[in-house]
Amino acid sequence: MPGDDALVLTAEEESMLAGEQGPAIAMCMRLIVGMARANGAERLVPIESAHADGCLYHGVAGLEFTQRLVSLGARVRVRTTLNVGSLDLLHPGLVRADAEVAENGRRLMDAHVALGCEPIWSCAPYQSGHRPAAGSHVAWAESNAIAFVNSVLGARTDRYGDFIDIAAGVAGRVPYSGLHLRRNRTAALVLDFSKVPAALLDDDVAWPAIGALLGELAGTRVAALTGLPGDLTDGGVTEDRLKALGATAASAGGVALFHVVGVTPEAPTLDRVLGPGATTVLVTAHDLRRARDRLSSTATTSLDAVSLGTPHFSLSEFAALAGELRNGPSFASSVDVFVSTSRAVLAEAEARGYADAVRDAGGRILTDTCTYVTPVLRDGVRTVMTNSGKWAWYAPANLGIDTVLGNLAECVASARAGRVVRDERLWG
Amino acid sequence: MSGSGDDPVMLAGRSLHPGAADGVVLALDEPLSFWGGLDARGLIVDAHHPQRGVTVAGQVLAMQAGRGSSSSTAVLAELIRSGHAPAALLLAECDAILVIGALVAAEIYGTSLPIVQLTDDDLARLHTGAQAAVLAHTAPRPATVIAKTR
Repeated sequence: MPGDDALVLTAEEESMLAGEQGPAIAMCMRLIVGMARANGAERLVPIESAHADGCLYHGVAGLEFTQRLVSLGARVRVRTTLNVGSLDLLHPGLVRADAEVAENGRRLMDAHVALGCEPIWSCAPYQSGHRPAAGSHVAWAESNAIAFVNSVLGARTDRYGDFIDIAAGVAGRVPYSGLHLRRNRTAALVLDFSKVPAALLDDDVAWPAIGALLGELAGTRVAALTGLPGDLTDGGVTEDRLKALGATAASAGGVALFHVVGVTPEAPTLDRVLGPGATTVLVTAHDLRRARDRLSSTATTSLDAVSLGTPHFSLSEFAALAGELRNGPSFASSVDVFVSTSRAVLAEAEARGYADAVRDAGGRILTDTCTYVTPVLRDGVRTVMTNSGKWAWYAPANLGIDTVLGNLAECVASARAGRVVRDERLWG
Repeated sequence: MSGSGDDPVMLAGRSLHPGAADGVVLALDEPLSFWGGLDARGLIVDAHHPQRGVTVAGQVLAMQAGRGSSSSTAVLAELIRSGHAPAALLLAECDAILVIGALVAAEIYGTSLPIVQLTDDDLARLHTGAQAAVLAHTAPRPATVIAKTR
């Protein structure tokens, strides 16, 4: 534990901290410098972009902080996209927020726009046009987005959250510590999947299960995954699968960076990312099944709703859903089906007819927010099926409901049948 | 410094956020994500957490690290504002997500929630129910935790 204050600021940064460039920049620099001193950072590093998640309403403190920045005249100095808010501004009838959340949630979203942020309102900015270059330094919040931008895009962010994300956007700097440093991006743990049958890994539901296992085993450490079949060019690994893996790993553990050897940009070989003293775990089909089973909180077959799109549905996920729905029956009237996505992806899905395919089957599309962070499901919903490991992890506590994890085809079959339908042959 | 018998001992740590507090230790068996893991009154509601149903409000909360969502920053700031925050946080790993929550509450409400980083061994010596006094300064200066240990 370093005890000395090692932080050295540039003359420009000292000027910002001293208030010579205005009170908003000074306030943001106090937060950045406070974090840097806690982390033991020796200097700050300029960032190329930020992704802020402080626009989701958690209470009065976040609103008062953001309005303070607005009143001090703050503006972001690097590109800053916004994560989900508490409201669907495009489809206001879908969110049943109480008066406080509706009013303050809207004010909070407005305040972030007033700071100059881009209102993409998405937890998957990397699928809505915000894709930092490999090796660039950024300040991203939202745990799944952090895992994706570090792991899949190879940009460098530490774990940022509410307040520090927007402070970084305003100051244009973050502590040079944590995952900004190359030495902290090597793997302390290797998960070897070579003994898991390829057929199991080709089921989409295997990927949130891998994430749950990774989160459980790695905690906050960096891991390398080996023995996974295929890559991003042959479809054995897809960005959507890595999105599901990272989102679940960030929820079940504190994973902010993972390497898939032969797939992700920093890991062309295991040697390139192997940290000193790394341990290896040989994963079995049994391990994966147990991880999958932890993401279902009930064995019931009764079903009230299906939730897709956590993190936000991509265009390719919409295409797969539209494919499942083609020429099939509508959803059972007893099952509410929600798909959460971004405005940008929805516009593309509208143009390609995917959105109408979902609506024609009886589904509803939610933008700007998500079904587990704000009240969308009707009262009385007890069991919800999802293809999202992240949704399955958080919804029981957030919403007081039970979850069943299944792949996209199983979610569609269940929504049509009005009860949980899962194909257990692969997993039996 | 080590103690003997029933005498409290002084554990030396590293300040992550300044403040002083007295309270009763709540030692978590597993890391906790404040977001999704705590309700508005500081009750542990994470279905996966072994100490579900226990409150962190007013406690000297000892845990290895935070976990999960980056929204835990806002949850901590809101708990501080509403008076349901822990009295102090004792961590084995520096958790910037929680440090920021305390920094922001200090900016807008003038509060000072002490956050201290201890070694793994010292953190493990703290047990639930022990009275503890925590004194932390501006990071990264030395901090002290005085408590009965095992």
